[in-house]
Amino acid sequence: MIRIPTGARSAERDQTAISAQGLVRSFDGSVAVDQLDLEIHRGEIYGFLGPNGAGKSTTVRVLCTLLSPSGGRAVVAGYDVATHPEQVRLRIGVALQDVALDPKQTGMDLLRLQGRLYGLSRREIAERLGELGRLIDLGDALERPIRTYSGGMKRRLDLATALVHQPEILFLDEPTTGLDPVSRARMWEEVNRLNQELHMTIFLTTQYLEEADELAHRIGIINDGRLVAEGTPDELKHAVGNDLIVARLATTGETAVEAARLRVEAIPGVHGVTARDEELVITTEDGASTIGAVAVALDKIAPVRSLTLRTPTLDDVFLQLTGNHIDLEEVAS
Amino acid sequence: MTTLTITTTDVDGARIEARQPSVVRDVVAIAGRALRALPQEMETVIPLIFIALFFFIVNIGTLQHLTQSHIRGFDIKAFMLPTAILIGVTGVSRAGSLVLDIQDGYLDRLLLTPVRRLAILVGHMVADVAIAALLTVPILVLAFAIGVHIQAGLLGAVAFVVMACLWSLAFAGFGYAIALKTGNPAAVNSSFLLFFPFLFMTSSYVPRNQLTGWLSTIAGWNPVTYILEGLRSLVTQGWRWESLGKALLAIGIVGVLSMSLSLAALRGRTRRG
Repeated sequence: MIRIPTGARSAERDQTAISAQGLVRSFDGSVAVDQLDLEIHRGEIYGFLGPNGAGKSTTVRVLCTLLSPSGGRAVVAGYDVATHPEQVRLRIGVALQDVALDPKQTGMDLLRLQGRLYGLSRREIAERLGELGRLIDLGDALERPIRTYSGGMKRRLDLATALVHQPEILFLDEPTTGLDPVSRARMWEEVNRLNQELHMTIFLTTQYLEEADELAHRIGIINDGRLVAEGTPDELKHAVGNDLIVARLATTGETAVEAARLRVEAIPGVHGVTARDEELVITTEDGASTIGAVAVALDKIAPVRSLTLRTPTLDDVFLQLTGNHIDLEEVAS
Repeated sequence: MTTLTITTTDVDGARIEARQPSVVRDVVAIAGRALRALPQEMETVIPLIFIALFFFIVNIGTLQHLTQSHIRGFDIKAFMLPTAILIGVTGVSRAGSLVLDIQDGYLDRLLLTPVRRLAILVGHMVADVAIAALLTVPILVLAFAIGVHIQAGLLGAVAFVVMACLWSLAFAGFGYAIALKTGNPAAVNSSFLLFFPFLFMTSSYVPRNQLTGWLSTIAGWNPVTYILEGLRSLVTQGWRWESLGKALLAIGIVGVLSMSLSLAALRGRTRRG
């Protein structure tokens, strides 16, 4: 696992909001979360990135006490999730991947009930409803049954229910999946505001690379239940290399692609080469000075369809760590 | 795009913080939600009233001449009132709503709050008791209108309703157990099948001493027999402590069984998430 130290932090940031040591969760012998170690600081937005089925949602459900751990230990807001789940629940807010609302209630009734369940007084509930009403901008719709809401309205109300009691830590499990681009941008703005204005710690799972890149102070990449890398977005991208050269060959023959990989790997300045089908992803310190040598070397093996020089993305990080891209079609669906 | 500011303090300057509510507040909050949903779910209540009133009227019409001419001093109207009440209140349950909460993910939302797990179950059951008590009103009104008189007096009428509600609660436990175990509405609906052996293999239509053969044997083991006899004692005889004691014991036995099953199902669901 690549864990990139992120340097000195302020005393406030050094307070741990969420930690896990050797966390395991299995279902009927199938391990969904495997020996997960986490340390997330107060006031941090932590992006938890991985494809479908990687173990992101299971991790969230364990950390927010909906599932008990099969092994290891997790501490959230200073309390062990297995031994003091009620203390954890008082301090966290959660918006799950699928909105968790009662379609028969009105939005206002739902928020009021949520306030009561967190022990707020009538006056406190009224005050919070005023604030949250502005946050989710549902206007008169708050008095309508939730079954009449659009998907975006439900998503915003779900976020509001997670915020009624002003939690210290907010878990957002794929909060923008299924949202249109405008609603997604708005959600990003709200997440940033909650973090900056309320110093709320936010644990955000996502399949969207740009979302993790845009919002997260640090990112953990999970694959097959294991944390495979952790660091700031820039640190993770720089770990791949300063520049990437992506070469598409006009052949998918395994022999030719392997020969090309070996030839390019031998070029001075090349840090590594990942081959996938007809594509070679070449990591290098200085792409501009290497790309010519790469072109010449490849031309001797197979015709080159395209050669692109660019800076690394989180998808490149994911590709290097797992050998696969995050499946964007799957994400879109 | 909306701009907003979320403040971290209330009007007095103190930060609003979550705190663990009392058990009573938990239960009241959950029961209140269940009762507020009732006007939107009248289709679950109206058939129960209709069926109870229907059987009350039809059974009296069918059996009045036969029974009263063969059993000296027999009052079919008073005899049928407990049967009608039990037909009405047996099956009052928010278990179907609980299944919808599971399917909509709202149960997860509740489980993420500090609400006590038991309060979720008890809150629904408190709502059931309130609905069962309301259901007895039109049946009692009809009974009084056709001349039924409760020998145990006004307090006896209250005891009659309380016992009927306790039975309703005891029976509802089976529905909650199935709801929490399966999360499947069809399975919850099938719990209605339990209604038939409980309510009809007993002294619903004639006194127990008029039953013969296998039905008499089964009725002797059926707890509803003793509940009916306890309720009938209030209507036709006044305060008969032995009958009432047996009725409460029967309710207690069924209640312990159904509540144990529903609590085990609740523990199982909260454990597996």
